[in-house]
Amino acid sequence: MAILATRVSARSTLAVLERDLTLYRRLWRASVFSSFVLPVLFLLSIGLGVGGHVGDIGGVSYLAWIVPGVMAATAFQMAVGECTYPILGDFKWTRGFHAMRATPVEAGDMVCGYLLYILIRVEIAAVVFLGVSALFGALRSPWALVTPLVCGLVALATAAPTMAFSAGVDHDSYFALLFRFVMIPSTLFAGVFFPVGQLPAVVRPLAYLSPLWHGVELDRAATLGAAPPWPVAAHLAYLLVFTAAGMLWAFHAFGRRLQD
Amino acid sequence: MSEGLARVCTVSDQPLIYARGLVKRFGDFTAVDGIDLSVAPGEAFGFLGPNGAGKSSTMRMIGCVSMPTSGELRILGMDPVRDGTRIRARLGVCPQLDNLDPDLSVRENLLTYARYFGVPRAEARRRADELLEFVQLADRAGSKVDPLSGGMKRRLTIARAMVNDPDLVLLDEPTTGLDPQARHLLWERLFQLKRRGTTLVLTTHYMDEAEQLCDRLVVMDGGRIVAEGSPRALIETYSTPEVVELRFGDERPADLAGKLAGVGTRIDPLPDRLLVYAADGDAATAEVHRRGLTPSSVLVRRSTLEDVFLHLTGRTLVD
Ligand SMILES: Nc1ncnc2c1ncn2[C@@H]1O[C@H](COP(=O)(O)OP(=O)(O)OP(=O)(O)O)[C@@H](O)[C@H]1O
Ligand SMILES: [Mg+2]
Repeated sequence: MAILATRVSARSTLAVLERDLTLYRRLWRASVFSSFVLPVLFLLSIGLGVGGHVGDIGGVSYLAWIVPGVMAATAFQMAVGECTYPILGDFKWTRGFHAMRATPVEAGDMVCGYLLYILIRVEIAAVVFLGVSALFGALRSPWALVTPLVCGLVALATAAPTMAFSAGVDHDSYFALLFRFVMIPSTLFAGVFFPVGQLPAVVRPLAYLSPLWHGVELDRAATLGAAPPWPVAAHLAYLLVFTAAGMLWAFHAFGRRLQD
Repeated sequence: MSEGLARVCTVSDQPLIYARGLVKRFGDFTAVDGIDLSVAPGEAFGFLGPNGAGKSSTMRMIGCVSMPTSGELRILGMDPVRDGTRIRARLGVCPQLDNLDPDLSVRENLLTYARYFGVPRAEARRRADELLEFVQLADRAGSKVDPLSGGMKRRLTIARAMVNDPDLVLLDEPTTGLDPQARHLLWERLFQLKRRGTTLVLTTHYMDEAEQLCDRLVVMDGGRIVAEGSPRALIETYSTPEVVELRFGDERPADLAGKLAGVGTRIDPLPDRLLVYAADGDAATAEVHRRGLTPSSVLVRRSTLEDVFLHLTGRTLVD
């Protein structure tokens, strides 16, 4: 329990963020495709291509309907991707967290600094995506401007528990399980490509568990200017609680991994 | 303000490291088995010992990254469990395994690390450039870390350990795996640090390193301290001024030991050679010949810490 009481200081958290941004400046080219190009290609192929056969959903074109979903899913997938191999790598291969451990930086700073880094990455991707969507005329309400914030929250709610998971495993083969049983099903069934209402009633609650579903619904409500299925406050509260619980788990997992 | 004051106080009198009955267990395995230590400001202090002696385990406790299982430990006058963050702020650590950021440049490695200590950016840049000069890596400042040689990485790790201007520098096997030239360059740098008054604590299994760099050292074996003193005092206490190394063609050294009873102060038969400890090596050699023995080779040399270690533990240090 003592491990839960990790210290977080603004100075150390920002120093961790600075290191991650310095690394990103060196490596950003590798991520351009998955963060910017791929989501747009997705939009074009599914939205326009498949959309041509599907017709409208709830009175809007299929393209306009999936834009907010793909946007939230991109945030979700970036968070999972950035919090698996890079985190395990900093424990196991490059030992960057061990290097930090020998300084005043605490486990809590490592978690918070990295979350801020993810947040910045996701915000940039979300704003670019929003701009492209606007060009395609896929936005129906000025509320669309809040979608990057929702995406940020989805990213935090996803990143925090994923970091905790990665800090707890010793081998990257566990990531295959995470991708197969959490990330891919979430992306497919959390309302990104079709309404969750079409799922059999017994599995629907599984979609509600995923932070992605809440993000998708909030984003969709914003871009279409319609009310989400649950009250906005309920969706937001779910994401915030998920983030907070994930962070506590991550503090604990980092503390454990770094102590002996 | 108050931090500056505390710094002056600790540097003046208290030991920087103080341990009594320090124990570290992993499960039911005891890696450090009740050691006592005291390191004064300005000292260069060494842990000499073979693989698995518990040197790194001790260093990690001193570095406040591993919690003692039991015993008393105070670093810079503070308690590592309660004040770990404050203590680490004033330490410089070169761990046994390099953990540089391989994707960052040499200079960026120093800059990001300085920021972990809250060193302001401009000051960090100044220190990074100065330290890169110091470890002779200025011409590689912009290069990535990955392609650097082992010796260069080690030098960079040592520079990194200095970036917060630490009161105490911990070096875990700073030169292991380096070629002789790289080692000498590093020794020279460490010697300069020592002359500047930096308190150094290092581990090594090279006795020449310990002899060159340490004012005082402890010999560790099996988690315990088996001897303590300056290199010279240890040699005087546990060995003789000179050692004669005798090799015999086919005969096993152990079988000949009996014939040499009384020559020198002590005889140590090793698998491949026989050591005769004596105040006067040449006199001992003459006595060996007088007894009718005909060694295939004879080497008279000064005693080293290796002999001390052999005497204390019955084993050679580097196998
Ligand atoms: N995290 C750990 N978990 C379990 N056992 C450990 C751990 N760290 C060290 N040990 C064990 O403790 C003993 C002492 O290890 P330590 O690394 O302190 O030795 P050392 O003197 O530094 O050796 P070397 O010269 O090889 O670096 C070894 O037997 C090692 O296997
Ligand atoms: Mg070691």
